Amino acid sequence: MSETAGQQHPIGIYLKIWLLLFVLSTFSYLVDFFHVQGYLRWTLILIFMFLKAGLIVAIFMHVAWERLALKYVLFVPLSAIAVLIALMAIEGDYTFFTREIFFDP
Amino acid sequence: MSIQTDSNSSYTAPGIDGMVEDWSADKQAFDVPWGKLMMWIFLLSDTFIFSIFLTGYMNVRLSQTDNWPNPSEVFALEIAGHHMPLILIAIMTFVLITSSGTMAMAVNFAYNRDRRRTVILMAATALLGASFVGMQAFEWSKLISEGVRPWENPFGAAQFGSTFFMITGFHGMHVTAGVIYLTVIARRVARGYYEDKGYAIVEITGLYWHFVDLVWVFIFAFFYLW
Repeated sequence: MSETAGQQHPIGIYLKIWLLLFVLSTFSYLVDFFHVQGYLRWTLILIFMFLKAGLIVAIFMHVAWERLALKYVLFVPLSAIAVLIALMAIEGDYTFFTREIFFDP
Repeated sequence: MSIQTDSNSSYTAPGIDGMVEDWSADKQAFDVPWGKLMMWIFLLSDTFIFSIFLTGYMNVRLSQTDNWPNPSEVFALEIAGHHMPLILIAIMTFVLITSSGTMAMAVNFAYNRDRRRTVILMAATALLGASFVGMQAFEWSKLISEGVRPWENPFGAAQFGSTFFMITGFHGMHVTAGVIYLTVIARRVARGYYEDKGYAIVEITGLYWHFVDLVWVFIFAFFYLW
Protein backbone atom coordinates (compact mmCIF):
# COMPACT_ATOMS: atom_id res chain seq x y z
CA MET A 1 0.00 0.00 0.00
CA SER A 2 3.00 2.30 0.35
CA GLU A 3 2.64 3.51 -3.24
CA THR A 4 -0.78 5.04 -2.56
CA ALA A 5 -0.39 8.80 -2.78
CA GLY A 6 -3.11 9.45 -0.18
CA GLN A 7 -5.11 12.61 0.30
CA GLN A 8 -3.37 15.72 -0.99
CA HIS A 9 -5.09 19.08 -1.24
CA PRO A 10 -3.87 22.67 -1.45
CA ILE A 11 -2.92 24.30 1.87
CA GLY A 12 -5.25 27.21 1.08
CA ILE A 13 -8.39 25.14 1.62
CA TYR A 14 -7.24 24.16 5.13
CA LEU A 15 -6.58 27.79 6.03
CA LYS A 16 -10.02 28.82 4.76
CA ILE A 17 -11.75 26.07 6.77
CA TRP A 18 -9.68 26.98 9.81
CA LEU A 19 -10.85 30.60 9.54
CA LEU A 20 -14.43 29.46 9.02
CA LEU A 21 -14.27 27.27 12.15
CA PHE A 22 -12.96 30.25 14.13
CA VAL A 23 -15.84 32.42 12.95
CA LEU A 24 -18.44 29.73 13.68
CA SER A 25 -16.99 29.13 17.17
CA THR A 26 -17.13 32.85 17.85
CA PHE A 27 -20.79 32.88 16.76
CA SER A 28 -21.67 30.01 19.08
CA TYR A 29 -19.85 31.76 21.94
CA LEU A 30 -21.78 34.96 21.20
CA VAL A 31 -25.07 33.03 21.49
CA ASP A 32 -24.19 32.54 25.15
CA PHE A 33 -22.61 36.00 25.58
CA PHE A 34 -25.77 37.81 24.47
CA HIS A 35 -28.02 35.50 26.52
CA VAL A 36 -30.12 34.32 23.59
CA GLN A 37 -32.75 32.05 25.15
CA GLY A 38 -35.38 29.47 24.24
CA TYR A 39 -35.88 27.87 20.85
CA LEU A 40 -33.72 30.47 19.05
CA ARG A 41 -30.77 29.57 21.32
CA TRP A 42 -31.15 25.83 20.72
CA THR A 43 -31.59 26.29 16.97
CA LEU A 44 -28.50 28.51 16.67
CA ILE A 45 -26.38 26.15 18.82
CA LEU A 46 -27.37 23.16 16.65
CA ILE A 47 -26.79 25.01 13.35
CA PHE A 48 -23.29 26.16 14.35
CA MET A 49 -22.49 22.72 15.81
CA PHE A 50 -23.50 20.81 12.67
CA LEU A 51 -21.70 23.30 10.39
CA LYS A 52 -18.48 22.95 12.40
CA ALA A 53 -18.76 19.16 12.62
CA GLY A 54 -19.49 18.95 8.89
CA LEU A 55 -16.47 21.05 7.95
CA ILE A 56 -14.13 19.05 10.19
CA VAL A 57 -15.36 15.70 8.89
CA ALA A 58 -15.62 16.70 5.21
CA ILE A 59 -12.42 18.72 4.77
CA PHE A 60 -10.00 18.07 7.65
CA MET A 61 -10.78 14.33 7.75
CA HIS A 62 -11.06 14.20 3.92
CA VAL A 63 -14.37 12.34 3.90
CA ALA A 64 -15.61 14.58 1.05
CA TRP A 65 -13.01 12.96 -1.23
CA GLU A 66 -13.42 9.35 -0.05
CA ARG A 67 -15.20 6.59 -1.97
CA LEU A 68 -18.90 6.05 -1.27
CA ALA A 69 -18.08 2.57 0.13
CA LEU A 70 -16.21 4.18 3.05
CA LYS A 71 -18.77 6.97 3.54
CA TYR A 72 -21.54 4.39 4.00
CA VAL A 73 -19.49 2.46 6.56
CA LEU A 74 -19.07 5.69 8.54
CA PHE A 75 -22.57 7.14 8.33
CA VAL A 76 -25.11 4.30 8.14
CA PRO A 77 -24.30 2.99 11.68
CA LEU A 78 -25.03 6.46 13.08
CA SER A 79 -28.74 5.87 12.46
CA ALA A 80 -28.62 3.50 15.47
CA ILE A 81 -27.52 6.47 17.58
CA ALA A 82 -30.42 8.55 16.27
CA VAL A 83 -32.81 5.80 17.39
CA LEU A 84 -31.15 5.67 20.84
CA ILE A 85 -31.44 9.45 21.25
CA ALA A 86 -35.14 9.37 20.32
CA LEU A 87 -35.87 6.51 22.73
CA MET A 88 -33.93 8.09 25.61
CA ALA A 89 -35.64 11.44 25.08
CA ILE A 90 -39.04 9.74 25.44
CA GLU A 91 -37.77 7.79 28.45
CA GLY A 92 -36.33 10.94 30.08
CA ASP A 93 -39.60 12.85 29.69
CA TYR A 94 -41.57 9.93 31.11
CA THR A 95 -39.25 9.65 34.15
CA PHE A 96 -39.55 13.42 34.70
CA PHE A 97 -43.34 13.31 34.75
CA THR A 98 -43.53 10.34 37.11
CA ARG A 99 -41.06 12.10 39.45
CA GLU A 100 -43.15 15.27 39.35
CA ILE A 101 -46.25 13.28 40.26
CA PHE A 102 -44.83 11.00 42.97
CA PHE A 103 -41.76 12.64 44.52
CA ASP A 104 -42.21 16.41 44.56
CA PRO A 105 -43.22 17.89 47.90
CA MET B 1 -10.40 20.20 -6.29
CA SER B 2 -9.09 16.74 -5.61
CA ILE B 3 -5.63 16.07 -6.92
CA GLN B 4 -5.61 12.57 -5.51
CA THR B 5 -3.49 10.30 -7.66
CA ASP B 6 -4.57 6.71 -7.38
CA SER B 7 -2.06 4.00 -8.11
CA ASN B 8 -4.95 1.61 -8.51
CA SER B 9 -7.17 2.69 -11.38
CA SER B 10 -9.97 0.19 -10.66
CA TYR B 11 -11.53 2.53 -8.08
CA THR B 12 -12.91 5.05 -10.54
CA ALA B 13 -16.65 4.37 -11.00
CA PRO B 14 -18.61 7.08 -9.17
CA GLY B 15 -21.63 6.90 -6.84
CA ILE B 16 -23.72 3.86 -5.95
CA ASP B 17 -22.53 1.92 -9.01
CA GLY B 18 -18.95 2.47 -7.89
CA MET B 19 -19.77 1.24 -4.40
CA VAL B 20 -21.40 -1.92 -5.76
CA GLU B 21 -18.35 -2.48 -7.96
CA ASP B 22 -15.94 -1.91 -5.04
CA TRP B 23 -17.78 -4.53 -2.99
CA SER B 24 -18.44 -7.11 -5.72
CA ALA B 25 -15.24 -7.03 -7.78
CA ASP B 26 -12.29 -9.26 -7.01
CA LYS B 27 -10.35 -6.67 -5.03
CA GLN B 28 -10.29 -5.10 -1.56
CA ALA B 29 -13.51 -3.23 -0.83
CA PHE B 30 -11.95 0.00 0.45
CA ASP B 31 -9.49 2.08 -1.54
CA VAL B 32 -7.46 3.18 1.50
CA PRO B 33 -4.40 1.82 3.34
CA TRP B 34 -5.42 -0.81 5.91
CA GLY B 35 -4.15 1.32 8.79
CA LYS B 36 -6.43 4.16 7.76
CA LEU B 37 -9.45 1.86 7.51
CA MET B 38 -8.68 0.45 10.99
CA MET B 39 -8.42 3.99 12.40
CA TRP B 40 -11.78 4.86 10.84
CA ILE B 41 -13.41 1.77 12.37
CA PHE B 42 -11.89 2.61 15.76
CA LEU B 43 -13.19 6.18 15.44
CA LEU B 44 -16.65 4.84 14.57
CA SER B 45 -16.65 2.77 17.77
CA ASP B 46 -15.42 5.81 19.70
CA THR B 47 -18.27 7.83 18.19
CA PHE B 48 -20.64 5.34 19.76
CA ILE B 49 -18.96 5.68 23.16
CA PHE B 50 -19.23 9.47 23.20
CA SER B 51 -22.77 9.36 21.77
CA ILE B 52 -23.81 7.07 24.58
CA PHE B 53 -22.24 9.40 27.16
CA LEU B 54 -24.00 12.42 25.70
CA THR B 55 -27.30 10.54 25.39
CA GLY B 56 -26.96 9.47 29.04
CA TYR B 57 -26.36 13.10 29.93
CA MET B 58 -29.46 14.13 27.96
CA ASN B 59 -31.51 11.49 29.76
CA VAL B 60 -30.51 12.49 33.32
CA ARG B 61 -30.85 16.19 32.52
CA LEU B 62 -34.36 15.67 31.12
CA SER B 63 -35.51 13.55 34.05
CA GLN B 64 -34.06 15.48 37.04
CA THR B 65 -36.52 17.66 38.98
CA ASP B 66 -33.89 19.94 40.62
CA ASN B 67 -32.52 23.09 38.97
CA TRP B 68 -29.79 22.45 36.39
CA PRO B 69 -26.77 24.71 37.13
CA ASN B 70 -26.23 27.46 34.53
CA PRO B 71 -22.95 26.47 32.78
CA SER B 72 -22.50 30.05 31.61
CA GLU B 73 -22.09 31.14 35.25
CA VAL B 74 -20.40 28.00 36.60
CA PHE B 75 -17.58 28.35 34.06
CA ALA B 76 -17.29 32.16 34.25
CA LEU B 77 -14.00 33.79 35.19
CA GLU B 78 -13.00 37.21 36.54
CA ILE B 79 -10.34 38.60 34.21
CA ALA B 80 -8.86 42.03 35.05
CA GLY B 81 -12.02 42.95 36.93
CA HIS B 82 -14.32 41.89 34.08
CA HIS B 83 -16.85 39.11 34.56
CA MET B 84 -16.46 36.86 31.50
CA PRO B 85 -19.04 34.06 31.10
CA LEU B 86 -17.70 30.76 29.74
CA ILE B 87 -14.44 32.43 28.68
CA LEU B 88 -12.08 29.56 29.54
CA ILE B 89 -14.19 27.11 27.53
CA ALA B 90 -14.15 29.49 24.55
CA ILE B 91 -10.36 29.75 24.73
CA MET B 92 -10.08 25.95 24.96
CA THR B 93 -12.30 25.66 21.87
CA PHE B 94 -10.10 28.04 19.88
CA VAL B 95 -6.93 26.25 21.00
CA LEU B 96 -8.31 22.88 19.87
CA ILE B 97 -9.48 24.27 16.49
CA THR B 98 -6.06 25.82 15.94
CA SER B 99 -4.42 22.47 16.71
CA SER B 100 -6.69 20.86 14.11
CA GLY B 101 -5.56 23.43 11.54
CA THR B 102 -1.87 22.80 12.19
CA MET B 103 -2.49 19.04 12.00
CA ALA B 104 -4.25 19.32 8.63
CA MET B 105 -1.25 21.21 7.25
CA ALA B 106 1.17 18.68 8.75
CA VAL B 107 -0.58 15.94 6.73
CA ASN B 108 -0.10 18.00 3.57
CA PHE B 109 3.62 18.59 4.18
CA ALA B 110 4.12 14.92 5.07
CA TYR B 111 2.81 13.76 1.68
CA ASN B 112 5.09 16.34 0.05
CA ARG B 113 7.96 14.73 2.01
CA ASP B 114 8.78 18.00 3.73
CA ARG B 115 9.90 16.35 6.97
CA ARG B 116 11.05 19.50 8.76
CA ARG B 117 7.73 21.34 8.38
CA THR B 118 5.78 18.16 9.20
CA VAL B 119 7.63 17.72 12.48
CA ILE B 120 7.30 21.41 13.42
CA LEU B 121 3.54 21.40 12.74
CA MET B 122 2.99 18.09 14.56
CA ALA B 123 4.95 19.41 17.54
CA ALA B 124 2.84 22.59 17.48
CA THR B 125 -0.30 20.41 17.42
CA ALA B 126 0.92 18.39 20.39
CA LEU B 127 1.83 21.56 22.28
CA LEU B 128 -1.61 23.08 21.70
CA GLY B 129 -3.18 19.78 22.80
CA ALA B 130 -1.07 19.78 25.97
CA SER B 131 -2.13 23.35 26.75
CA PHE B 132 -5.76 22.28 26.27
CA VAL B 133 -5.27 19.53 28.86
CA GLY B 134 -3.58 22.08 31.15
CA MET B 135 -6.57 24.43 30.94
CA GLN B 136 -8.89 21.50 31.60
CA ALA B 137 -6.88 20.61 34.71
CA PHE B 138 -7.28 24.23 35.84
CA GLU B 139 -11.03 24.06 35.20
CA TRP B 140 -11.38 20.80 37.13
CA SER B 141 -9.35 22.16 40.10
CA LYS B 142 -11.50 25.31 40.19
CA LEU B 143 -14.75 23.31 40.19
CA ILE B 144 -13.49 20.81 42.76
CA SER B 145 -12.40 23.66 45.07
CA GLU B 146 -15.90 25.13 44.72
CA GLY B 147 -17.35 21.86 46.00
CA VAL B 148 -18.45 20.19 42.76
CA ARG B 149 -18.36 16.41 43.18
CA PRO B 150 -19.71 13.55 41.04
CA TRP B 151 -22.47 13.06 43.63
CA GLU B 152 -23.28 16.68 44.66
CA ASN B 153 -22.59 20.33 43.91
CA PRO B 154 -23.57 23.66 45.45
CA PHE B 155 -25.27 24.97 42.29
CA GLY B 156 -28.19 22.57 41.80
CA ALA B 157 -28.85 19.14 40.30
CA ALA B 158 -26.36 16.50 41.48
CA GLN B 159 -26.31 14.96 38.00
CA PHE B 160 -24.36 18.00 36.76
CA GLY B 161 -21.18 16.88 38.51
CA SER B 162 -21.35 13.23 37.50
CA THR B 163 -21.94 13.94 33.80
CA PHE B 164 -19.37 16.78 33.79
CA PHE B 165 -16.54 14.68 35.20
CA MET B 166 -17.40 11.64 33.10
CA ILE B 167 -17.73 13.39 29.73
CA THR B 168 -14.96 15.99 29.98
CA GLY B 169 -12.73 13.47 31.75
CA PHE B 170 -13.10 10.94 28.97
CA HIS B 171 -12.48 13.62 26.36
CA GLY B 172 -9.43 14.92 28.23
CA MET B 173 -8.08 11.37 28.33
CA HIS B 174 -8.44 11.21 24.55
CA VAL B 175 -6.57 14.51 24.14
CA THR B 176 -3.79 13.26 26.43
CA ALA B 177 -3.50 10.03 24.45
CA GLY B 178 -3.46 12.09 21.24
CA VAL B 179 -0.58 14.24 22.50
CA ILE B 180 1.44 11.10 23.26
CA TYR B 181 0.51 9.56 19.88
CA LEU B 182 1.52 12.76 18.03
CA THR B 183 4.82 12.97 19.90
CA VAL B 184 5.72 9.37 19.07
CA ILE B 185 4.87 9.72 15.37
CA ALA B 186 6.55 13.16 15.05
CA ARG B 187 9.74 11.72 16.54
CA ARG B 188 9.69 8.86 14.03
CA VAL B 189 9.06 11.28 11.13
CA ALA B 190 12.03 13.35 12.30
CA ARG B 191 14.24 10.25 12.24
CA GLY B 192 13.18 9.34 8.71
CA TYR B 193 11.47 6.13 9.80
CA TYR B 194 8.73 6.54 7.15
CA GLU B 195 10.91 7.41 4.14
CA ASP B 196 10.37 3.92 2.67
CA LYS B 197 6.96 3.13 4.16
CA GLY B 198 5.24 6.30 2.98
CA TYR B 199 3.52 8.99 5.03
CA ALA B 200 -0.06 7.66 5.32
CA ILE B 201 0.67 7.36 9.06
CA VAL B 202 0.58 11.15 9.44
CA GLU B 203 -2.87 11.27 7.84
CA ILE B 204 -4.01 8.45 10.17
CA THR B 205 -2.69 10.32 13.22
CA GLY B 206 -4.47 13.40 11.86
CA LEU B 207 -7.77 11.49 11.68
CA TYR B 208 -7.53 10.68 15.39
CA TRP B 209 -6.66 14.29 16.25
CA HIS B 210 -9.50 15.78 14.19
CA PHE B 211 -11.87 13.32 15.83
CA VAL B 212 -10.88 14.63 19.28
CA ASP B 213 -11.67 18.15 18.00
CA LEU B 214 -14.95 16.88 16.54
CA VAL B 215 -16.07 15.40 19.87
CA TRP B 216 -15.28 18.72 21.57
CA VAL B 217 -17.63 20.51 19.13
CA PHE B 218 -20.48 18.33 20.39
CA ILE B 219 -19.49 18.61 24.08
CA PHE B 220 -19.20 22.41 23.73
CA ALA B 221 -22.67 22.64 22.17
CA PHE B 222 -24.54 20.19 24.40
CA PHE B 223 -22.82 20.51 27.76
CA TYR B 224 -21.54 24.09 27.92
CA LEU B 225 -23.97 26.03 25.72
CA TRP B 226 -27.30 24.18 26.01
